Formats: sequence, C-alpha cells, structure tokens
Amino acid sequence: MTENRVGVYICHCGHNIAGTVDVEEVALWAAGLPHVAVSRDYKFMCSSLGQELVEADIKEQHLTHVVVAACSPHMHEPTFRQACERAGLNPYLFEMANIREHASWVHPNDRAAATDKAKAIISGSVRRVLELSPLEPLRAPIHETTLVVGGGIAGINTALEIANAGHPVVLVEREPSIGGHMAQFDKTFPTLDCAACILTPKMFEVGMHPNIKLLTYSEVEQVDGYVGNFTVRIRKKARKINTELCTGCGDCWGRCPAKVVDNIYEAGIGYRTAIYRQFPQAVPKYPVIDVETCIYYKNGKCKACEKFCPTGAIDFDQEDEIILMQAGNIVLATGYDLFDARRIPAYGYGRLANVFTSMEFERLTNATGPTGGKVVLRDGVTAPESVAIIHCVGSRDKNYNVYCSATCCMAALKFAHLVKEKTNAEVYNFYIDMRTAFKDYEAFYIRLMEEGTHFIRGRVAEVTDAARIPGEEGKLIVQAEDTLVGKQRRIPVDMVILMGAMEPKDDAKEVAYRFGIGCSEAGFFTERHPKLDPVATMSEGIFIAGACQGPKDIPATVGQGAAAAARVLSLIGQGVVEIEPVRAVIDESRCSGCRICNNLCPYNAIDYLEEEGVSRVNAALCKGCGTCVAACPSQVIQGQHYTFDSLMSQIEGLLYDVGNNQNGHVRVMEPEPV
Amino acid sequence: MAEQKPKLALYWASSCGGCEISVLAVHEKILDVAAAFDIVFWPCAMDFKEEDVAAMDDGEVDVCLFNGAIRNDDNAHMAHLMRRKSKVLVAYGSCAMEGCIPGLANFTDREHMMNFIYHDSPSTDNPEGIEPQMRTTVPEGELTLPEFWNTVKTLDQVVPVDYYLPGCPPEAKWTLAAIEAILSGQLPPPGSVIGMDVTVCDECSRTRSEKHIKQFYRPYEIIPEPDICLLDQGLFCAGIATRAGCGALCPQVNMGCRGCYGPNEGVVDGGAKLISALASVVDGATPEEIDAVLETLPDPAGYFYRFSLPHSLLRRTHLVGSNGTRTVEKITATPQLDPKLKD
Amino acid sequence: MAHDYNEFNPAWEERTPVIIGLLCNWCSYRAADLAGTSRFGYPATLRDLRIMCTGRLDPTFVVKALREGADGVLVMGCHPGQCHYDAGNYKAMRRMALLRRTLVQLGVHPDRVQLAWASASQGTVFTEMVKNMTETIARLGPLNWQDTAFDESQHKEMEAIRG
Repeated sequence: MTENRVGVYICHCGHNIAGTVDVEEVALWAAGLPHVAVSRDYKFMCSSLGQELVEADIKEQHLTHVVVAACSPHMHEPTFRQACERAGLNPYLFEMANIREHASWVHPNDRAAATDKAKAIISGSVRRVLELSPLEPLRAPIHETTLVVGGGIAGINTALEIANAGHPVVLVEREPSIGGHMAQFDKTFPTLDCAACILTPKMFEVGMHPNIKLLTYSEVEQVDGYVGNFTVRIRKKARKINTELCTGCGDCWGRCPAKVVDNIYEAGIGYRTAIYRQFPQAVPKYPVIDVETCIYYKNGKCKACEKFCPTGAIDFDQEDEIILMQAGNIVLATGYDLFDARRIPAYGYGRLANVFTSMEFERLTNATGPTGGKVVLRDGVTAPESVAIIHCVGSRDKNYNVYCSATCCMAALKFAHLVKEKTNAEVYNFYIDMRTAFKDYEAFYIRLMEEGTHFIRGRVAEVTDAARIPGEEGKLIVQAEDTLVGKQRRIPVDMVILMGAMEPKDDAKEVAYRFGIGCSEAGFFTERHPKLDPVATMSEGIFIAGACQGPKDIPATVGQGAAAAARVLSLIGQGVVEIEPVRAVIDESRCSGCRICNNLCPYNAIDYLEEEGVSRVNAALCKGCGTCVAACPSQVIQGQHYTFDSLMSQIEGLLYDVGNNQNGHVRVMEPEPV
Repeated sequence: MAEQKPKLALYWASSCGGCEISVLAVHEKILDVAAAFDIVFWPCAMDFKEEDVAAMDDGEVDVCLFNGAIRNDDNAHMAHLMRRKSKVLVAYGSCAMEGCIPGLANFTDREHMMNFIYHDSPSTDNPEGIEPQMRTTVPEGELTLPEFWNTVKTLDQVVPVDYYLPGCPPEAKWTLAAIEAILSGQLPPPGSVIGMDVTVCDECSRTRSEKHIKQFYRPYEIIPEPDICLLDQGLFCAGIATRAGCGALCPQVNMGCRGCYGPNEGVVDGGAKLISALASVVDGATPEEIDAVLETLPDPAGYFYRFSLPHSLLRRTHLVGSNGTRTVEKITATPQLDPKLKD
Repeated sequence: MAHDYNEFNPAWEERTPVIIGLLCNWCSYRAADLAGTSRFGYPATLRDLRIMCTGRLDPTFVVKALREGADGVLVMGCHPGQCHYDAGNYKAMRRMALLRRTLVQLGVHPDRVQLAWASASQGTVFTEMVKNMTETIARLGPLNWQDTAFDESQHKEMEAIRG
C-alpha cells in the first residue's frame, strides 16, 4: 500500500468564489490536513491551465487522490475526471467539493461563514476521497434505433434529421395523424407563411421515409433499461381499419351518419364523423373509428362504412396491439396544451358566445376549417366589426402561470392582421408588455401599428355583455385600465379572442415519471442545463425538444428538434456508451440470505439463489441507487463509489471542527477513579 | 514447579452472572481448562482478593475474561487493574462488549433512576426517603460505596480491549474456541470479535421469503408457523442483523432473535441497521400508512438497542432536571412532516 | 417510570447550529445547486453531502452525524412519485419515520432529523427548508451528543498510555 498523497485545488472561479471565500487561507489550511501533499488555489481550475496544473502534480508529486474545490460536480466533475485520467490517475479517485453553489453563492454577505463552510466541505471531500476505490466505467453498446415520442413539428424534425443520417427511427404519435398543433394553424408569424404549405411536405416525408417507422394512434406505456439499451412497450390502439387494404379514399367517412364535435383538431368549433381522418393532409392517410361515438359500437347496427368500403378495410374486431421495441436513445417531443380559458370566468369563455380561444380562431381563419377560412361570429354568418384580442390569458399571472408563454404576442399580431385582412374590423390588442424578440418580429409589430390596430396597455379586468350605455348594447364590453393614459376604458366589440397560455401537457408529470426524467413544478421537462445543455435531460440517452421543455415558437422548436437529433447522432456515432460504475455488489460468501433486499430493487436486479441461500445483484440491471445497500442488515452489500466507509468518513470530515472534534478527533478517556 | 502454566483471570463487573455460569457450560472441559491454566483470579468461584491481583506484576496474567459493563467507580477500577495486569483482555459477553441489559439504563440518567428506585416506584416503601450514600459513618467507622455513574459504559470505553466474545451469555463452543486459540497462540488480529461473520439467518432453518410487513405482532398475539421465517410472519426478529454463532437458539423455539450476539462484522451501529432493514420492508406509501404499521412496534429503541445502547452511536439528550423548573419544548409524540413539504 | 425526556440544552454560547444535509443526486442536490445559481441566500448552517438516492439513506449516517457533533440532520430527496429510481424516497420515508420514533425515546426532539422533498427546480423550497430547520435547531439548542461520546480513537490513546 503506497502512501496516500492528496492534491487539493481551490478554484477562485474569478470572483465567484474568491469574492466571498478566502481562497488563499483555505488553501493554506487544507495543506495541513492529514494526507494532503499539495494544496493550491488557482484563478480558474476548469481552464486548460488549471487542468494542466492537476495533471502535472499527479505526475510530478505522485498524487494518489485529487480534490477540486470549485463548482457543482454536475458542472465540472467530468472535466476533472478526464484530467485525472490523462495524467494516469483513475478518475474515480477524484472528488469534487462544491464550494460555489453550496457556499460562496449562498452566503455572499458573510465571508467568515462562507470560508468556514468551504473548509468543512473540503474536509469532508478529502476524507471521502481517501476511502474511494479505483473503478472502471461500464461500457454498453448503443442500439441504433431511436424512439421519438410526439409527432408535432419538433418530433417530425428530429425524426427526419436522424433518419436522413441513415439510422432507424420509430416515431410514436398519440393522435391518428402526425402534425401536432402546427397542422391546425393557417398562417405562421411573422412571415405569414401558410402553415400547411411548409408542414405537409415534411409530414409526407416522414410517412414515406424508409428509415422511419411511424406508429400513430399509439402511446408509450413503459420504458425500461438505460442509455443505449432501452426496452419500450408501445400500445398501438386499434384503428378498426386494416391499413394494408385501406386506400384512404374517403368513402367511409362520407357515408358515416354519426356527426360529433371535433374537440381536438377543430378545437371544438367543427364537426367530424365517427370514422374520420383528422384533416385532408393527414399522415398516415388512413381513417380511424372512434369507438366512443360510432353507432355500431352502441347498438350493433349501422356498419355503413363497412358497406361502402371498396376494399373491405373496415375491421370492427381489431384490437389494440402491444409492440415491444429496443431503442438506444429517446427523444421526447410531446408538445403543449392550450390554457383552458374557462378557468378565468371573468373573461366569459364558454358563457359568452363570441369569446373565442386562440385555437378556435386559428381554425376560424384556416381555409380547411369549419367556416372555410371566413372570420365570423359564433352564429356562423355575421362578420365582426370590432375584435378585441386579450394577451396573457393564464400567462404572467400568479393565479395561473407566472411565466410568459413567449408566443402569444406574435400570434396576437398575426390574428390582428388576419382580422383586418378578412373583415376590416377594428382590432384592439390588450397587452401587458409587447414581447417581440427575435428576427423580424419587431418589424411585424410596427407593420401592425401602421395597419391601424389599436394597442391598449392594460390587463383586462372583465369581458361582459351587460351594457351600461346605448352604444354597448348587444356587444361584448372589454373593461381594462389603460395604464398609459391612466384611466379605465370600456371597449364594446363583437368578438373577443383570448390568447391562452402554453401549458405542459396534462399528463406531462406522468410522462416524465415514465421516462425517468425531471419536470418543473408546472410540468415542463427539465433540461440538463438551462443554457449549455437545453435538449439533454438528467437521464442519459433521453432528450427533449420543443414546447414540452417550455413555451416556444416554431423556429425555436425546429431548432431544438435538430439539436436533439444531433445529440442522438453523436451517441450513435460513438457506438458504445460509458456508464457510471456506481453499482451494488453482494459479498455472497457473507450473505446470510435474510431476503430483506429482495423486493426493494426497482429494477428487479436482485435474485435469491435458493440452493446457495444467498442473494445476488444482476449488474446489468442495477442502476446504483443504493437502496439495497442501505437496507442490508448485515452490511454485505457494497455500494460502489458511495461506500459505507466513504460516506461515514465524509460525515466526520464535514464535522471536523464541531464540538470535541476541534482537537483533531482526540477525545478524553474516562479517568481512572482514585 | 516444572512448566509455568499460562495464568487465567476471570472477573464479573456489572452483569447478571450468567457469563460466569456460561464458563461452566463447557461442562467437563472445565477440567481441561483448569489443567491447562493457572487460575489466578475468579472471585465468583474461588477465594481470591483484589490485593492478590494488585500484588502481581503488570502483564503477569496471560488472559483475563472480563464480563460485565462498567457502571460505577469500582467496575472501572477493576477494569483498569485487570487491564494493567493482563497481557490479553477479553471482553467476555454482551455486557462487556456492548453494554447489554445494564446499558438500557442509558435511556435515563442517575438522578432519574435514583428518584424512581428510592422514591417514585409503586413498590417502593421508603417513608424516610433514604438514599444510598457514598460515605456513611457508623459506630465501627466509615463505610464507602463506589460512585454510581450517570452513564453505563462498555469495557472498551474505559480500557483498551484485545478481543471480544459476544453473546448473552457466550455459547460454550466459542468460549472453548477462544481458549484454544489463546493456548495455541493462533490469535486473530487484536480488536477482533471471536465468532462468525454471517448473521443468525445463516444458522436458522426457517424458510424465508420476500418481506412485506403489514403489522408487527407481539409474541403472545400469534402462534407462529413452525417452518416460516418469524419476521415474514410479523414477529420481531433481530436475526437479520445479528452475528451468528448461537445456532439460532431463540428462533428454534418460536421466539424472535433478540440480538444478543451484536451486529455483524463491519457494522458500526446494529440498531441503525435494524431500523434500515425493517423500515425498508414495511408496507406503506404515506406517512400515515407507515405510522400505522410502526405503531404496532412499541418501544423501537428497546428492540433495536436491547443489547447495544452504550456501544451504539446513540446518546440521550440532556434530561430535564427533576425539580421541574426548567422550561423546555414538549416533544410531539408522533413525528410529523412539515405539512408544507408534503407532496 | 414516566418518560418525560424533554430536551434540556445549554445555550449556544459561541457556536451556531450545524446541520448535516444528505441530498439526493437528482433532485435536492440540484435544488441546492439552483439555490446557488439563483443566489438565494440561506444560513451557513447546512453542510451537505451527496448520495445517489435517498434510498441509500442508512440511518447509521444520521446517528453518526449527530454523534460527530451535528445538531440536526436534513435528508432531502425527490418528491414522492418522482424518484429517479422509482421509489427510493419511499424507503427513506419509512426509515426516517422509524428512526425518529427511536430517537424520541432517547429524548431527542424528532424535528432534529427531518426528511423533506425538493425537485431540481425547487431552489426556493430547498432554501426555505434550510431556513426553517435552522430556526428549529436554534430554538432547540445544541445537541452535544459528543459530551458523553467515546469512539475507536481511544484505542490508540490507550495504546500510548500502556506504552
């Protein structure tokens, strides 16, 4: 056993640490800790010069262990592990002491306390690192197939990027067609491109791509495994259509007698039949029978579709199919839900007929929508003479969502333009702040002002049909304080459009749990790093793209989709992935087979061997949570890298200066009585 | 005298005396022991006085088997004396090793104990309020008693110990094994526990399955199935966390292991390991459900630390004085999570 | 005998409360990181260490921390239902419940050892928890479990005494 020689490095992080923690003093103090051979402070440890410092010391000073006191291990642990490895030191003999996020940044006004705490943290890390053992990362091959969940513009783009690079993709979409929210739009801001014109080719490409297996009307039910080697269970819901035979001719829905309100694609303002295709450009082209509304499933009669189907593709007895697949990586692009405007009763949605949601208005202006693109009131005929557009409905409001939904200002400008263009009505925008960041957006705003749209800065208090003066009769009156003028205004209009917030999907938390990733309190999926790693998640091999990560517009969504694809491609290119060797190992010679651990493992990685009377951990399934390690009553399960001894030592180190420990762990014995 | 036989001493500090008897449980082999050793001190069985030992040279005794915890000045004095005179000091039995039943006194302190025993206990009849005194003058002179400590300590908390022989009391086969090891000179490294490094489950013939504890039963509440793990049936059994060596005596007779052999090799705090293991397999996903199960396990500290309280990491807090004048916060009977932090 | 083991503790004198934090890698450690990145100030009482999951919580760590001089232990993990490893936090919940029941018998106020949840995005929840816990411990006073503590280090000392 060679002598332990620990190198301790205190990072200034510019002023981030040195501004609060007395780094020179800490470095001097650390030099006096047992087994510390080298103690230095340096401006930026993560710089190449800082890393070279560590590497040189490992070689020249023969360091056996390294502690870098700097930022969070989630930031630079990989950096310094690599530095150690380059210098020939096993990377698992390195420990990061987090004195930035956990000390200097949170105790900015108390230099003494922050310095003391930094010492305690370093003391703990030095004690811990001495107990660590060299480990080799586990290597696993990466399965070439990628699972993309969600067939909106984010998922479409991700799938195409990966498929075009020559790798197989399985794209799973919950609805009968891909396209997502973008397929419901008519125009897109600020260029007023036709949404369908730019989206449909991409949808078609997905449908035809040899590398993409498209599973629509399907949902992921279960995900097991880890990066490179996920096992996914997908439920392919029964369309009741034999897609081998169906040509998508449309005879079936043309003859279907059941008319139902289409709450999904038409946002509740249009109708579809019980057997239906969501929209003409749907991919795939096959219809689906909605068993909830189909007459046959209610009374066993009808079968009109079957009678008229020229190819005999209707299959009333078709059942859900369970598909098991292997995937190396997963991209979640599950999108968003629109805020339910009924939650703000004062705005009257659902009560006052001519209050519309933004999605309803999208369908209203869409040439394929229920009115053929005519902007009319709920009666279906009257064109409005005046329209109010209310911003921030459910956004920037502590009662609903505190965040800005980022897209509604621009969408509101688009609506104002479309109203003007189609009806020449007066348009009033009620806004809190106009947020028109990004390329060409401000120009669009200026254009709208020039078009004569009115902008009133103030949050709307109420939308009402209770007239107070003759001019208000039969109108919707929008009451708001005009904060630029400083007075209350009541604007009578014919139509109100509510710019609802972009919210996480209603099942976002369940989905996050199913895929083992984190999500914010609201339910947006959590990225690995908000700035430097916005499409990766805390779970290796699982990426996120689009509005499931936070509100964003189409260009940003498309960008994230491509970014996620790039990350996946880089992993596929590597071929193998290194997995942290944090695993549980049972010393079978000492296991007494009490079976306490047997049912604690979430991955069923622990088997009980009846003959030997011992339990065994299957290393391929273990993920290293340590639950069995802590539970083992005879302490024969070892948790690699988080061993009992390393954590006990770290606790001692953290408390090096408390109570009797001040004297360097020397305690007074009971004196001999006289 | 031809060949010098190794000198053996046995001493009994704060314990019940069972360890002394267990030495005799080697049956006829005691004669071999007597033949092999020159017994120089054994107050329980033979007439020696303290001054006989005090008169010896330091280190003259080859082996001392010391049983009992240290709970007063006299115990400590004898521990120091035996340490000084002995080459090898063995903490014999659970009291010397871990504190055992006398160690349960550490739940309280001297003041509370004296008050209870000499005043408050229902069976106490002490109208004059007499308490034991360290010095009492009688016509014949002054009588002294050793000072009664606030806290019970293990032998190794008072003097360094070379070997440990666990058990309440130690099984004869391990006593013999220890003696044989000493005689043959084939001793394990100092500080070792003489025994096995697996747990009682290893010696227990009952069939164990995966564990889901929905309720704990006290022994009088159910008649356990004879061949099924007692813990699987909801009976508290410390065997999962207790060093083997006894042959699973208690589980054989339908009684859960009490844990007298102490924790397994490498375990720092056996009670904490029992807490971890048992709580892990308790059924319940909310604090309320968990509490409902734990409610059926009264006196958890007593179960988990029955034999090891002085040796464990646990300490009591400073206790409220009996005069009751100090104001302190009340302890809530059931620990409650901050409701704000509940999901 | 009535178990009226209410804590009676000396004043803080020159010392401030010391709390050991056991934070899970996926949620609470990141919440603490976020508190740092967001510059949320909190008392410098918490000294934390990282475990992969609160399922790794061995009650030995908690009693060890108290024995080494900590006045309280704060264990924080992912919210129930959001454990990175499915259900490690439920195991921690059970162990902490049983540990608290045990500590009460030794007169230790159960609020000295607490289990709380903070997701990676809840820097504020983490900060508030440290503040609350610090106030609780400050009110309870120092634990000073070390006063009567001995440990293995005595062997070395006694070896020295014996020569």
